[in-house]
Amino acid sequence: MLFFIEVALSGLMAGVMYSLVALGFVLIFKASGIFNFAQGVMALFAALTLVGLMEKFNFPVWLAIIGTIAVMIALAWLIERVMLRHLVNQEPIILFMATIGLAYVLEGMGDLLWGSDVKLLDIGIPQGAWDWLWDQGIYVEKLELFAAGTAAILVIFLAIFFQKTRIGRALRAVADDHQAALSVGISLHTIWVVVWSVSGIVALVAGIMWGSKSGVQFSLSLIALKALPVLILGGFTSVPGAIIGGMIIGVGEKLAEVYIGPMVGGAIENWFAYMLALAFLLFRPQGLFGEKIIERV
Amino acid sequence: MIYRETGQFKSSYQADQALFPIAQDRYVIFAVLFVTFAIVPMLLNAYWLNAIVLPFLIYSLAAIGLNILTGYCGQVSLGTGGFMAVGAYSVYKLMTAFPELGFIPLVVISGFITAAVGTLFGLPSLRIKGFYLAVATLAAQFFLVWLFNKVGWFYNYNASGMINSPPMTVFGVIVTGPRGDMTAKYYLVVTLVAVSALAAKNIARGRIGRNWMAIRDMDIAAELIGVRPLIAKLSAFAVSSFFIGMAGALYFAVWLGSAEPTEAFDINQSFLVLFMIIIGGLGSILGSFLGAAFLVLMPILLKNIMVDGLGTNAALAAHIEIITVGVLIIGFLIVEPHGLARLWRIAKEKLRLWPFPH
Repeated sequence: MLFFIEVALSGLMAGVMYSLVALGFVLIFKASGIFNFAQGVMALFAALTLVGLMEKFNFPVWLAIIGTIAVMIALAWLIERVMLRHLVNQEPIILFMATIGLAYVLEGMGDLLWGSDVKLLDIGIPQGAWDWLWDQGIYVEKLELFAAGTAAILVIFLAIFFQKTRIGRALRAVADDHQAALSVGISLHTIWVVVWSVSGIVALVAGIMWGSKSGVQFSLSLIALKALPVLILGGFTSVPGAIIGGMIIGVGEKLAEVYIGPMVGGAIENWFAYMLALAFLLFRPQGLFGEKIIERV
Repeated sequence: MIYRETGQFKSSYQADQALFPIAQDRYVIFAVLFVTFAIVPMLLNAYWLNAIVLPFLIYSLAAIGLNILTGYCGQVSLGTGGFMAVGAYSVYKLMTAFPELGFIPLVVISGFITAAVGTLFGLPSLRIKGFYLAVATLAAQFFLVWLFNKVGWFYNYNASGMINSPPMTVFGVIVTGPRGDMTAKYYLVVTLVAVSALAAKNIARGRIGRNWMAIRDMDIAAELIGVRPLIAKLSAFAVSSFFIGMAGALYFAVWLGSAEPTEAFDINQSFLVLFMIIIGGLGSILGSFLGAAFLVLMPILLKNIMVDGLGTNAALAAHIEIITVGVLIIGFLIVEPHGLARLWRIAKEKLRLWPFPH
């Protein structure tokens, strides 16, 4: 039983890490209807920039983080200016493919600027087992606990940002109806820059957590593939969906790997999450918390 | 002779429904066929055939398959790599189990096997739509690759986990694996691709194709006017997977000669083929060819320019290459989101009015 709890807990923690990536997806999809495949690469790029600033320019941690945030905002502005502005009103699949192109560009840029070797990221996040639970016989990484805490703070911050600020209200208006938002004088371009910046910052948080856990390297960008089942499970448009979906996927995946995996030869983590999400989708085609899809002829 | 239909009278329904109603189009097609069958093998040596022409043809076939599903029926699929793997592994199992059947029938049978698998993975499409479906098809991609990695039966329990194509002959000439004759490989692939393209074009403009397009444009409306979504969607998945499976079989047996699922059929294959149909043009058979040509040639061209022409080192060139590919794709989507086929159509319209455009 203790072992079961340990597996479930570690799944829960891993799930929160997936949620961090999924959050960025949700923000962009809500505000612009763009399925941003580059979110994983954005996390990689942010982490690479952070490490690069700390190593090559000897920035202290706080300055490096601020610098990276500035870079991500500049990137968001650039993406809007060069790419999105020209793709207004295109079909979703065209926008989706454009973000795959963006993923290629960012991947190459990150490697070109900061080198493609594996880098260690240490900004002072505590590592190792959490002593109190370790005494009870359960192993929980401090880092993952820290990530869970950060995710919680991030969600609260985002909720306040969306509900209480002027720009957050504009964001929700755009998410609701582009044309109506335009007609009351909200600038779509500004909104897009803001929303890509915010999801760039979310990507930075995800990049820091994953980078501290397993080093900053190319495989970091593949966590996007881990976040996709989380997304379809939780619904593309729901922030709580991203968090709860992440937890369900994380726990399900870990339990399946431990209890079902050995029966079929292991390494089922890659596809189990997708099958789990698919099973949920058959009952709720718009995900657990997604907006109900209403179709009219 | 000016390109226009003036003076070309049609006196039968058959002539009216011909694939190429304008005579000049027919001449162009015959010229293209003549060049591909007679001139290309004389002109190009084995290296060119292997490095450019074979991958172009095989990817064209895969792109035709995906175009049927995504371009004609509107169901976005990211499982192409997985379905190509199904084709490759079925042809491998068939080649080792029933070599006496001959290579071409085996390729066709593996196409049918892939069609069955594709139909199975197409079932969720009846309930799930749009990007939810696209992500759901990733389940097929990851599951199939995992399956071929883990289950020894698929690779005949050999130690390396790779599949190697045994030598198979068509009309007495070896066409598979590294020992195959390059010109024979070319003729085999180009014939299969040409026949498939013709079949695909005719399916797509017939009753089934019209059902697909109705589903694509608005599935509820299509259902109301009597198109059965179950049959339309699943048949799109089946036909699409059939072509993708054949492409996978040729990709493994004729072009690569040996394959390992995690590398040869990974998710990047799925994206590559999706890029091909989007750059080529959704809902166009010609577009599948143009897109495949563009995406097969462009990396080779970039690499040649940078490594041989400018003398950049290989690692740097790889980074610049990936950036350039990304930039080109974005640029292309901005300039012409309807693909190369659309440019071709515009050119034809202009040509029809030339030289008096008003």
